[in-house]
Amino acid sequence: MIYLDNAATSWPKPPEVLKAMTDVLERAGGNPGRSGHRLSIAAAREIYNVREDIARFFHVPDPLRVIFTSSATHAINLVLKGLLKPRDHVVTTSMEHNAVMRPLRNLERKGLRLSVVQCASDGSMDIRDVARAMNSATRLVVCTHASNVAGTLLPVAEIASIAHRAGALLMVDAAQTAGAIPIDMRAMGIDLLAFTGHKELQGPLGIGGLVIADNVDVSQIEPLMRGGTGSRSESEEQPDDLPDKFESGTANLAGIAGLGAGLKWIKDRGIGEIRKQMKKLSQTLIDGLSALPKVKLYGTLDPERSVAIVSFTVAGKRVSEIGLRLDEEYGVLSRVGLHCAPAAHKTIGSFPEGTVRLAPGVFTTINDIQEAIQAISKVVRS
Amino acid sequence: MMQYGVVLFHTTSSVMRAEKLLIKEGYSIKLIPTPREFSSDCGIALRFEWAQQEQVKSLLSDAGVEIAAIHLMRKD
Repeated sequence: MIYLDNAATSWPKPPEVLKAMTDVLERAGGNPGRSGHRLSIAAAREIYNVREDIARFFHVPDPLRVIFTSSATHAINLVLKGLLKPRDHVVTTSMEHNAVMRPLRNLERKGLRLSVVQCASDGSMDIRDVARAMNSATRLVVCTHASNVAGTLLPVAEIASIAHRAGALLMVDAAQTAGAIPIDMRAMGIDLLAFTGHKELQGPLGIGGLVIADNVDVSQIEPLMRGGTGSRSESEEQPDDLPDKFESGTANLAGIAGLGAGLKWIKDRGIGEIRKQMKKLSQTLIDGLSALPKVKLYGTLDPERSVAIVSFTVAGKRVSEIGLRLDEEYGVLSRVGLHCAPAAHKTIGSFPEGTVRLAPGVFTTINDIQEAIQAISKVVRS
Repeated sequence: MMQYGVVLFHTTSSVMRAEKLLIKEGYSIKLIPTPREFSSDCGIALRFEWAQQEQVKSLLSDAGVEIAAIHLMRKD
């Protein structure tokens, strides 16, 4: 089997991740921060350590500004619903995933003003279009760091300067980039970073987070949920302390421990090395598919300007048929269709049919890619 | 008789920060369930040797760790 659906979730997970998850439940299985006994304290320590690791990984000084959530979607919703007021103006892009688009469209119906910057058909953006979309009411710019459909990277640092000049904040959806390329929030000017743990960070499904830069006034963000935090228990009001304000309910201890092990795995291997390897796999895939008849590739076709995601269609064949044949006849696992990102497919010209998406991961070899190309070649020709 | 102090915090994360910091600096401390007579803020408190009260206080405040209160307690 050749698993090329790592943009949906990475698989397999490093064995260290699975081990960390079972270990923590055995060794530190209390409810973190709720009780004063050793198992509860051990669980709280575990979570705090991963909080510190995440803060270091994304270059923010304060680990208490790392908020654990169940997913990137949860983190994005937390900011959009907690920060924005009905008359605010928001700028986003036409390459967004529904994790961004759906909550924004919902808020738009309630009075939010939304500008969607049109990207080019390779998923790239003319930065001047962002500047033109800004106005005096712009509160937030939200953009994906890399498209989950075409892999195209957006110029986040430049977008941040434009947002800041207009007095707006920048939230980045790093679902496809966290763990795949280095992210320095401070250097890039990212104010709010939504990440998921289960893709390139190598953690399990069900864990993600929001990292809030130092300059963001958190009193402006209402929590998405309120409830028990283990702190200020005498009060029936939600505390303002971080991260408790945004973390009601028992934490996903095993998920956080798995995420911590994933981070360590990436650090040991070196994110630069990982990026280099992924670019090589991407290039091989692009070269192989470009040589096939009737195949149309999407995106920049430049591994320097994208993450390792390659989307294609084949003239005269349904993407669903291609996906099914690749799986059943050749054991090549892809994801076909719209990838929860109708706006992005409209932008690249593959709506409503969608594409076949191939996303290698850290355990994919060049040999896997060559075999996948062979399989696709056979499916295309028959 | 050894006298102990107890630092109370608003949040678990602050306790974790304080513990790491003090252990790193070589202090003899222990996390304990918050004694009910002091506060119900956070379930975990940090016990230290009362003689080191000033050092503990300034170390935590220099590092920006927010504390709720410091109390003297006797071990019986």
